[in-house]
Amino acid sequence: MARAATTADAFNAVAEPRRRQILDVLAGGERPVNDLVAHLGLAQPLVSKHLRVLREVGAVEVRGDGRRRLYRLNGAALKPIHDWVQGYEETWSERFEQLDVVLGELNEEEEGR
Amino acid sequence: MTVAGSRKATVTLPSDTQILITREFHAPKELVWKAWTTPELVRRWWHANRGEMTVCEIDFRVGGKWRYAMHAEGFGEVGFHGEYREIEPFERLVSTEAYEGIPDADAHAAVDTLTLTELDGRTLMTVLVEHPTKEGRDMHIESGMEDGMQDAMNLLEGVAAELR
Repeated sequence: MARAATTADAFNAVAEPRRRQILDVLAGGERPVNDLVAHLGLAQPLVSKHLRVLREVGAVEVRGDGRRRLYRLNGAALKPIHDWVQGYEETWSERFEQLDVVLGELNEEEEGR
Repeated sequence: MTVAGSRKATVTLPSDTQILITREFHAPKELVWKAWTTPELVRRWWHANRGEMTVCEIDFRVGGKWRYAMHAEGFGEVGFHGEYREIEPFERLVSTEAYEGIPDADAHAAVDTLTLTELDGRTLMTVLVEHPTKEGRDMHIESGMEDGMQDAMNLLEGVAAELR
């Protein structure tokens, strides 16, 4: 279980809607915390708390720029989640394509009545 | 690609214990319901081209049990089982789902809610998978991740993890 823990944590970090909003904003480029506060309409301590969670799983990185701290997205940390969702989506898509075939036949049977 | 292939399933993560699958079908909801709940029809689509379905048991009543299993190529047997909790014909189906590949499968069973909404002869399906605990959700995710890390196993990723 241990080796996948980081990934599960990243999944957890990203499951929170506000944190996803932060990631969306950062996807547009590096931002200081004040920008994020303005975008999200949340109190700064709350934004900082979310940023801390995102930093802990490596989804967000920070650097100093004079007196400011700039936050940026680290897509690599999110790749395992992306891959997992994609795999899950692919399996369900294939399953549903088979279901489409079954439904096509049921539709024809209904129309033939 | 077939026309059907252009309608991809969408997977989102509404909260840290939920997974939501959404898809539209060109069929009335009565037929989608039938295909979802009739064993000989389920056998034809549930395998997702990953292998052959070996067990498909459906005792379709509230409190009734279900069990699906398949032989997934390159992976072996994978099984899932659960119990029907709520049945509202053609619109809503609530059932539990335990993945037999993890310890204490029943203790970590998810609750799945299927909803069907028909509009102009098309049916929007949603399947909400809710894990009782973050631990259960993590096991679900991790069981899929380990296989997903091997390229050769990519096709089996979903089946290994959770595929109901």
